[in-house]
Amino acid sequence: MGDTGIGASVRRKEDLRFVQGAGKYTDDMNLAGQVHAYILRSPHAHAAVRSIDTSAARAGEGVVAVFTSEDMAEVGGIPCGWQVHSKDGSAMAEPKHPVLAEGKVRHVGDPVAVVLAESRTQARDAAESIIVDYDVLDAVVDMQVAVTDGATSVHDDVGTNICYDWGLGDKEAVDEAFSNAHHVSTLDLVNNRLIPNAIEPRCAIGDYDHATGQFTLHTTSQNPHVIRLLMGAFVLGLPEHKLRVHAPDVGGGFGSKIFHYAEEIIVTWAAGQVNRPVKWTADRSESFQSDAHGRDHVTTVELALDENGKFLALRESTLANMGAYLSTFAPCVPTYLHGTLLAGQYSTPVIYCEVKAVFTNTVPVDAYRGAGRPEATYLLERIVQVAADDMGMDAAEIRRRNFIQPDEFPYQTPVALIYDTGNYEASLDKALEAADYAGFDSRKAASQLAGKLRGIGIASYIEACGIAPSNVVGSLGARAGLYEAATVRVNPTGSVSVMTGSHSHGQGHETTFAQVVSEKLGIDFDSIDIVHGDTDKIPFGMGTYGSRSIAVGGTAIVNAIDKIVAKGKKIAAHLLETSEADIEFENGQFVVPGTDKSKAFGEIALAAYVPHQYPLEELEPGLEETAFYDPKNFTFPAGTYVCEVEVDPDTGTVDIASFHATDDFGVVINPMIVEGQVHGGLVQGIGQALLEGCSYDDAGQLLSGSYMDYTMPRAADVPSFTVDTTVTECSHNPLGVKGCGEAGAIGSPPAVINAILNALSEVGVTNLDMPATPHRVWQAIRDAQAS
Amino acid sequence: MYAFDYKRPSNLDEAAEMLRNSDDAHLLAGGHTLLPTLKQRLASASDLVDLAGIDELKGISSADGVVTIGAMTTHAEVAASSEVQNAIPALADLAGGIGDPQVRNKGTIGGSISNNDPAADYPAALVGLNATVNTTSRSISADNFFTGMFETALDDGEIVSSVSFQAPSSAAYCKFPNPASRYAIVGVFVAQGSDGVRVAVTGAGGSVFRASEMEAALNQVFSATSVADIQVSDEGLNEDIHASAEYRAHLITVMTKRAVDKANG
Repeated sequence: MGDTGIGASVRRKEDLRFVQGAGKYTDDMNLAGQVHAYILRSPHAHAAVRSIDTSAARAGEGVVAVFTSEDMAEVGGIPCGWQVHSKDGSAMAEPKHPVLAEGKVRHVGDPVAVVLAESRTQARDAAESIIVDYDVLDAVVDMQVAVTDGATSVHDDVGTNICYDWGLGDKEAVDEAFSNAHHVSTLDLVNNRLIPNAIEPRCAIGDYDHATGQFTLHTTSQNPHVIRLLMGAFVLGLPEHKLRVHAPDVGGGFGSKIFHYAEEIIVTWAAGQVNRPVKWTADRSESFQSDAHGRDHVTTVELALDENGKFLALRESTLANMGAYLSTFAPCVPTYLHGTLLAGQYSTPVIYCEVKAVFTNTVPVDAYRGAGRPEATYLLERIVQVAADDMGMDAAEIRRRNFIQPDEFPYQTPVALIYDTGNYEASLDKALEAADYAGFDSRKAASQLAGKLRGIGIASYIEACGIAPSNVVGSLGARAGLYEAATVRVNPTGSVSVMTGSHSHGQGHETTFAQVVSEKLGIDFDSIDIVHGDTDKIPFGMGTYGSRSIAVGGTAIVNAIDKIVAKGKKIAAHLLETSEADIEFENGQFVVPGTDKSKAFGEIALAAYVPHQYPLEELEPGLEETAFYDPKNFTFPAGTYVCEVEVDPDTGTVDIASFHATDDFGVVINPMIVEGQVHGGLVQGIGQALLEGCSYDDAGQLLSGSYMDYTMPRAADVPSFTVDTTVTECSHNPLGVKGCGEAGAIGSPPAVINAILNALSEVGVTNLDMPATPHRVWQAIRDAQAS
Repeated sequence: MYAFDYKRPSNLDEAAEMLRNSDDAHLLAGGHTLLPTLKQRLASASDLVDLAGIDELKGISSADGVVTIGAMTTHAEVAASSEVQNAIPALADLAGGIGDPQVRNKGTIGGSISNNDPAADYPAALVGLNATVNTTSRSISADNFFTGMFETALDDGEIVSSVSFQAPSSAAYCKFPNPASRYAIVGVFVAQGSDGVRVAVTGAGGSVFRASEMEAALNQVFSATSVADIQVSDEGLNEDIHASAEYRAHLITVMTKRAVDKANG
């Protein structure tokens, strides 16, 4: 199936409905008799709630009900899905995350009360008449202040603001390597807090059928089964057979729609209370202060080198912001998705990393495109560049000298992971050639004539995708398995429906997965349908995040297909009156090689459902198989990005002159979709590097609470990208795939900042934090000139 | 958004009467500030009086070197107008750089100047070109029209009908945009007119102002080098998460230099 199979740039099936405005999103659903929920949120970052007077709201026009935490006494707190242990073996502090504030509010936007009314406007009008008596407390916003003795506690029952104090690696060996090193490079940096901004705001509709006792939650989720498990088992006490979670078309997630949010609980629970469907849709202002934010690390990193520029040891210390409460996967992001990536592409023999997770009076922080891996890559590629500058080495050469070599795989890093395959120099070489690295000096001279500063920056990243195997992540604190499931249902006339636990919210699964099926079964691409997002339809699946869908979800599909083919061979053998061992399956035909005997896939399907000539005594009728796949290891996409910038020293404006990406994603199913994914990731990474900065004032008010102040990247802010690939196949899944969703956002921030600092080196600037806004760049130049 | 009555008069007298007979009416022009503010419930109105149906507020005319732009003329219309492009290309250029295409197709010159956002572009053009604001009751010079942050000389019930611009011998506008909102962090409009050089600065202060030191230097020699070494005081300038007062002061010099170079072609 060359034109629709693996490796073909097939146009996305789903785009026809999306570009026609015919997508079906949660907010497009309106259920008969529904009421609208408005959530009253805290205007304060930290305050005791003395009392809540809802009497006027209850009497408001169109009001159906008003709820506060007192009404929800039977409802549990929002659970955290990952438990991290501190260096001393103690479990992380896990304060209750109430659905509605219980006695205290802890961030601007913390839900306090909910009003249900016939219309959204009526609900909002009534909510404005709720009188909350707040006793405003000092807010703790800055992590470095939060960890000092005597700082205000976000959670009184925790006592300090430290959630955990975690470490990874051999500290003694690292300290010794540092004490004997030829050179030590040091860097303090900040990984800036980001606000996700999926184009579709979150939405949730709860529905209750009192006749059957069945609850349904329609929600903007990346993983409906995870929400069903968390909400059903831990929050509302609903048995799973009485709870359906449905995530239809979802307009972008970037991680922010993985997590279980209070609003999902509120609408589901309230639907049962008022026996009517309850709908809530966030407006954009609410999204800014209620979607989990990303990143937000303050880090010191040191690299020890010998006289030849070989890395001897890496040491890192980080404060990671958790925000006011632990969001679903927050604890694992700065630990197991961060510390374990610190080897990067290098054979650094010893590494030690320690991370203190910190509570502050800010919106909870959790996984955002890349989740921990961008933070690891950023600090590593920044310190490698600092070391190159310190040692007077070329940026490419220092990396080349320290790369893990192709013959060293599988490679055990000093931070727990085993990389299975890779060829890092191949990606570096390709990227350097595309970027005309050798010709940089002449371009720099041309910029100089125009009064501009030109710089070039390299970042060689690695990421770990798939998050597996389940027994390993379980031992690291995951409270869930991280396999994926798929059911392949062959219909009697040979078309195929695939029910996948992966969830598509922009990735193009309906196309990519159909290509895999088309290739494996040799059937027409258009006769394959990919079904996802509904716990009533799909097998128990873990959803989409961490660039896992093709590597884990795709493998589950392949494994189910293998079972289909195996059964098909049995049926074919019976029909062709030969032994099963003689049958081969190729190009959609079951054949007996060397003969003219064959049966088409569709004939076998029909025989399975109309089993008139069928080995009924040995084989069940029907052709439907399910597979659960638990990966043996992470997958390890890697690559090198080269960014070239031109800085206007008069204004501090950074223009990205060119950006070249070379990625090794293993086997690529659909090059066009992969290129699109890389483009999107690069834009988000460049957004982090140049534009996006979540900003709070000292009182915990969100200053960047709208698009007037939070800068999303626009098309004009980025160049035309050059995107290319190299291929080393993943060794432990049958497709040889690695995953591509996050790479762009992981590798690009350090490439951009290294390029800017390369440009600014001629005016004496040696460090710069993201986002490198014009003001910040201008200030850095000015400060360097003053000193 | 709180409830309000929507009214659409067909002439200025009718509009004035609606304003008089209402508790708390707001005029609606392009609505780019008013509607988001209403939606966020940061403002409310008993009535919105939509000026979109009043033909006498629309259109661009040109006579004797004076270009007159009706208050309800959109930014896109100004940008595309051959009269404006011929007489004052810098004004067409400024209008074509406001916001984005959606904003330019709805936003109006009358709405912009009546709102007097400290970071709006048009106030710099009006002051830089020594324009005249014509209202339902009088004519006001641009220097006297913009009185402070979101404040103008307009009386209650007074409606801007048009703005008249004398064509300068040369002019240019350079803006350093806020990266998020694309409003001006600093915008400088430079013009050589019959009364000498004017340098009008928007975005940097509470309201548009003239940079007199720059004007004096440029009246000597109209060249970027004349202003290159002038350091503007940052006292009283705006400060926010995007730019310090010091940075804004610096940008005034940079944008003035660039505007002069641009005016000199």
